Amino acid sequence: MNVIVEIMLKFGMLSLVAFGGASTVLPELHRLAVETHGWMSDATFAHLVAISQATPGPNSIIFTLVGWHVAGLSGALAATVAMCAPSSLLIFFFMGFWKKIQGTRWHNIIQTGISPLAIGLVLASGCIITRGADKSWGACGLTAATVLIVLNSRLNPLWLIGCGALLGLAGII
Amino acid sequence: MEQRQDISHGELFWGFNKIALSGFGGVMSWARQTIVEERGWLSSEEFTSLFGLCQFMPGPNTLNLAVCIGARFQGASGALISLFGLLFVPFLIIIGFGALYGKFGELPAIQAMLRGIGAVAAGLMLAMGLRMAADLVRRPLLLVFSALILVGVILLHWPLVALMFGLAPLSIWLSARRYCTSS
Repeated sequence: MNVIVEIMLKFGMLSLVAFGGASTVLPELHRLAVETHGWMSDATFAHLVAISQATPGPNSIIFTLVGWHVAGLSGALAATVAMCAPSSLLIFFFMGFWKKIQGTRWHNIIQTGISPLAIGLVLASGCIITRGADKSWGACGLTAATVLIVLNSRLNPLWLIGCGALLGLAGII
Repeated sequence: MEQRQDISHGELFWGFNKIALSGFGGVMSWARQTIVEERGWLSSEEFTSLFGLCQFMPGPNTLNLAVCIGARFQGASGALISLFGLLFVPFLIIIGFGALYGKFGELPAIQAMLRGIGAVAAGLMLAMGLRMAADLVRRPLLLVFSALILVGVILLHWPLVALMFGLAPLSIWLSARRYCTSS
């Protein structure tokens, strides 16, 4: 199948199951790009995630970058549209309905029911990025330190990303 | 701050452009500050309600928010222009980075930097998951579903769509049962 069509279909699907945001579908993006289609290696995927984290903008920009890496400008455009359009159309038409069930029991039930799935997905994303990124003790230490710092402070992540780049340059990671 | 009703397409575009460029690794906290506190587009309560909807619906949260707010003020064209404002500049930046990576990605210094950033990015993601899980500690039974997702994705490599549609009804059913018995 044409790679652009492939990107449109697969990323469009991901857009519709990204409960809890773009980060929750990273494991599936990894599965598609690395395992199913062999578009890139595990290390390259980890690099692209790193680049997208160091870029301003929504998290979902990782899709654009993967599209670019696979098929250049048309790939980037296809990936961006596929990531936006299905979920945007859905919420556009769902807004009115949501206003109606606001404050009802069903609203809470669905929200509570979906949150554990989102949590599992975010943790899975973390595990997959860790597996791709942490090939040394230094890297594992840096990941652990990041978790501790984030959980215990309100430091802007940009500082941590900068420190990570410097530590990498210094050859520690 | 006084509530405004006449937000133009241009204001939507530049507002979301600013939100996109002020945040790294996710922009939700900046979105609230800009929309509620600086520009007074929405009241705090209305923002929270829309934010809940955007988290609950599938799709990237910030994009969902842009659609909701754009549509509220200018209908479908407002939703479109807000999405455009949110994505246009980050799109150009990420493509620039992608091109640089394609050209210089093999250089040892770049590889070393990306290794460092990657290790931090992994930590940021794990910490976000742990923070979210902390909110759910009161409902340990629901955390079983988090564990099932984790096992299905990491160890079994099952397709996400199947996993979600399999587990979501069960998880919502459990949530409904607990909700009914506790109230």
